[in-house]
Amino acid sequence: MHSSSYILSLTIWVPILAGVLVLFMRGDAQKATARLIALVGSIMGLLVALLLWIGFDNASATMQFSESIPWITRFNIHYALGVDGISMLFVILNSFTTVIVVIAGWQVITEKVSQYLAAFLIMSGLVNGVFAATDAILFYLFFEAMLIPMFLIIGVWGGPNRVYAAVKFFLYTLLGSLLMLAAFIYLYNVTNGSFSIDDYRHVPLSLTVQTVLFFAFFASFAVKVPMWPVHTWLPDAHVEAPTGGSVVLAAITLKIGAYGFLRFNLPIAPDASFALSGFMITLSLIAIIYIGFVALAQSDMKKLVAYSSISHMGFVTLGFFLFNSLGVASVQGIEGGLVQMVSHGFISAAMFLCIGVLYDRVHSREISSYGGVINTMPKFAFFAVLFAMANVGLPGTSGFVGEFIIILGAMKVNFWIAFGAAITLILGAAYTLWMTKRVIFGDIANDDVKALTDINGREILILAILAVMVLAMGLYPMPFTEVMHESVNALIKHVAVGKLN
Amino acid sequence: MMIENKLALLSIPLLPLAGAILAGFIAPILGKSEGKPGRAFAHSVTILGVLGAFIVSCLVFQDVLAGKTFNGSVYTWMVSGGIKLEVGFLVDSLTAMMMLVVTFVSLMVHIYTIGYMAEDEGYTRFFAYISLFTFAMLMLVMSNNFMQLFFGWEAVGLVSYLLIGFWYTRPTAIYANLKAFLVNRVGDFGFLLGIGLVFAYFGTLDYATAFTRAPEFKDAIIELIPGWQWSLITVTCICLFIGAMGKSAQFPLHVWLPDSMEGPTPISALIHAATMVTAGIFMVARMSPLFEMSETALSFVLIIGAITAFFMALIAIVQYDIKRVVAYSTLSQLGYMTMALGAGAYSAGVFHLMTHAFFKAVLFLGAGSVIIAMHHEQDMRKMGGLRKYLPITYFTMLIGALANAGFPPFAGFFSKDTIIDAIHLSHTPGHSIAYIAALLGVFIGALYSFRLVFFAFHGEERFGRDHHHADGTHDTHDHHHGLAAGEKPHETPWVVTLPLILLAIPSVAIGGWLIEPMLYGGYFDGAIQVSETMRELKEEFPGVGAMMLHALQTLPFWFAVAGAATAWYCYIIKPELPGKIRTMFALPVKILQEKYYFDRFNDWFFASGARKLGAALWKFGDVTIIDGFFVNGTARVIGWSSGVLRKVQTGYLHTYAFTMIIGVFGLLTILFFKLRSF
Repeated sequence: MHSSSYILSLTIWVPILAGVLVLFMRGDAQKATARLIALVGSIMGLLVALLLWIGFDNASATMQFSESIPWITRFNIHYALGVDGISMLFVILNSFTTVIVVIAGWQVITEKVSQYLAAFLIMSGLVNGVFAATDAILFYLFFEAMLIPMFLIIGVWGGPNRVYAAVKFFLYTLLGSLLMLAAFIYLYNVTNGSFSIDDYRHVPLSLTVQTVLFFAFFASFAVKVPMWPVHTWLPDAHVEAPTGGSVVLAAITLKIGAYGFLRFNLPIAPDASFALSGFMITLSLIAIIYIGFVALAQSDMKKLVAYSSISHMGFVTLGFFLFNSLGVASVQGIEGGLVQMVSHGFISAAMFLCIGVLYDRVHSREISSYGGVINTMPKFAFFAVLFAMANVGLPGTSGFVGEFIIILGAMKVNFWIAFGAAITLILGAAYTLWMTKRVIFGDIANDDVKALTDINGREILILAILAVMVLAMGLYPMPFTEVMHESVNALIKHVAVGKLN
Repeated sequence: MMIENKLALLSIPLLPLAGAILAGFIAPILGKSEGKPGRAFAHSVTILGVLGAFIVSCLVFQDVLAGKTFNGSVYTWMVSGGIKLEVGFLVDSLTAMMMLVVTFVSLMVHIYTIGYMAEDEGYTRFFAYISLFTFAMLMLVMSNNFMQLFFGWEAVGLVSYLLIGFWYTRPTAIYANLKAFLVNRVGDFGFLLGIGLVFAYFGTLDYATAFTRAPEFKDAIIELIPGWQWSLITVTCICLFIGAMGKSAQFPLHVWLPDSMEGPTPISALIHAATMVTAGIFMVARMSPLFEMSETALSFVLIIGAITAFFMALIAIVQYDIKRVVAYSTLSQLGYMTMALGAGAYSAGVFHLMTHAFFKAVLFLGAGSVIIAMHHEQDMRKMGGLRKYLPITYFTMLIGALANAGFPPFAGFFSKDTIIDAIHLSHTPGHSIAYIAALLGVFIGALYSFRLVFFAFHGEERFGRDHHHADGTHDTHDHHHGLAAGEKPHETPWVVTLPLILLAIPSVAIGGWLIEPMLYGGYFDGAIQVSETMRELKEEFPGVGAMMLHALQTLPFWFAVAGAATAWYCYIIKPELPGKIRTMFALPVKILQEKYYFDRFNDWFFASGARKLGAALWKFGDVTIIDGFFVNGTARVIGWSSGVLRKVQTGYLHTYAFTMIIGVFGLLTILFFKLRSF
């Protein structure tokens, strides 16, 4: 049906080409042109991505909009793309976030404007490539190439300690992915020369081999998520990254790690995934609880939200590895995890944008530099409290949907897993609302706060768009979950059958 | 038939929501400072919205009386693993009663607010909030499933948070709202686990389906701790009830309610007395088919209720802040409702919920009326003799106090007496202790109610003397309050007194009028499980008139008389006595003033403990072990060993980055050639 589709290629190359074009805009004179091209390019990227949703067949679990061109025939590497119910939403989320980031940087970035915008556009295309690739080497290529623009975004436009943060980010994530590459090469070998991810799903593997492969993929994806204890790069990266960088980092790149678990660990090593589910659940619960406490102790708003991200992503990995005693993964867990990923994309983006709004005015991320912001910025306070409530997981916001479904799924597996996960209800509220109390509410704390001006039309626009998404997804999550049912069911069936017989 | 019209049902919660949105977003554009059209717009649209909801509720109620019910979904929220999660309504006798109470009290509070908030900067915002609250509360009571119940549950919590912190520049207010939200979240944590258990075992979140499947699990066992078996239903019920303990402020999760008095008085009446805090009671009554299957859970409910009813009433005696007296009285009355549930007399609990909604709204709004008249003075030591100046307020509050103390023929008498009888008749383990607590609670209840009346409205006039504050407990955002020297208070405007009168009427009459049809006429049949206790009560019920006559020969009545007489003696006859008692019993008084040290303990153990734990985990776990030892340690080892290669390094980060990528591809190439030779 979609055999001759180019939509996925367009989602990748439209932003990249726009990015390259923007790079040619030099100097102050062409700043405005650069911004305009970036905006048009990102919106075109989003429109193309939305075509995926419109043309998507909810009843199918197979790859849709597939494209395949032999690329390096010698090694049987293909330029092969396709999306299913698991990946499709993330192509859209990523394209959406790019538009937000371009608008968010409109007036704020004044140095090296074209390079900044180009980095985000190119990043956007590469990330779409990660979600769309159905060839392992192509996936790997996009996966690694994506690091470069993010590395530059942090390293060039970042804060004072950006070099440490950028290198930490780069090394952390690169080291993990090398093991993934080794896993691909092993799988290439056992499939008699195939780099098709789909072939890897079907190749029989012993439990030992599956376990080794599981950890190879784990090394790469756990860092990206990030899971405890390989999470410490994230707070540093966020603190140093410019607002746009933080938004993309939280909203998109973290999702790639979680996506990897669904695309590689579960289908390629199903029996090992079941055998190691206790391990994964333990790490996830540590992320939820331990990191929740750590977030409580933060005095830097960005760090606090970074830790909050780790805690929320813990829900995603928890959901993915909820198995019943027969080795059947939980539908609620996986679907809840996917919903949580999309929702966190909106909420974390909004939280970092809110911090950016304050940072642009006061140039401090410290909670103690603020207090009583609501007095001078009432419109901003409205959005800040709304997103705080979404971060707390209030029903009616998107933050509730994933956590709720995952806790329900967890209860089917074990009372205590649900108990541990539900602690986030208290901890999440504590760290988020305590920050809100200290920053937003209260009397005007100092002259900086007194001098604040409320958000302008551009800022209202981006926050309002995100607010609408957060509420829409919270009140009616069905359209988001409908697309994933078949793919998730097929995955669960595949994992339940296993590879040992 | 109104009830079968889904659009009509939808309009009930959506009209107040529309009012809230208009008042919240349009009114500020029209101007929200005094005299601007935005203000009139805000109160008009919200009042119209709530009035509309009230009228439709009345029409629906008629259908319910005619024996009709509605149970259907509005839209499918999501489907997961074949289980549908829907947004839908269940309108039966219990819901219809709650809808009437919520919309009526809300309407009264809306009107009252015009007067109470007249001088406030946040006038339009306040109307938006209370209408939003009405929407959330209606979603809660009208739900036909656990998911939407949880939505309403948390949404009323959100509005409560916003309203307690309404005067956001005051440190005490934003402390209180954070505290309220977090304590409620502890309850919600249990509640969510309960919902999870329902989902995991019954395979549905729909009430009707869950209740039909529940009996299959009557003897189901879960082993939470290896070797320790629990009945599934008991665990589920206790988890659900923990949610009720948060929302309905039951011991030990009661600590947020007194502090919630930081919010403006109209919301204390609407949210923290009449409606939201009764959500827990409503929920347990709704879940009565489940609770009825677990005696252990009922016993737990009964004991928690007894502790709350007795110990919270005691605190009310030592309070000077007029609103806090009423707040602790609310806690105690909620304890009575909870005891009724524990005794299996669910409908009696709900009946008390209804009568209490009226008389407690009167008491709170009356307190608010006093506060306006006193120019935002809340300390009763600065009042006295107000009866002369505020006749309507005095008279309505007196009715509220009589109802609260449980004197016949006032509404509170019928509901409270029924509860005490139910506890007496109940077979729930622990009922004899609960009975004693309930009886003593009647004495204390009459004592604090009349202490308030006599202290504030009778005796010598203590206002207009100075502006000094002893406690720092006050209900305003500016610092100029209290009457100036020689100034006399005046009765409040009609927008304030009219709701008082309209609420005082049901506080007098509704108990005797409705007890027979509601409790013994089968009104709640099909909505609330009829327990053994209720059946026995029905057999013994002698009729309204006889019940009042009979009461004169029973302990609760004389306990109430004794309480009122004590108050009269202490505050009218010998006003110097309370001071003497205070010095004589310094230690118990201190303990009561410190509210049994719960706040201090929670601050020290939970709040500060969690922060310290977080800091320790961060400093030790993240910074020292993971980053310090593993990450930077590895980097240092590499840095040291690569010292020799320093010359190769350019120092440019992007060079490293590209070198790495090229290196990776080099590695790839080598591996390929190796593989090809296999």
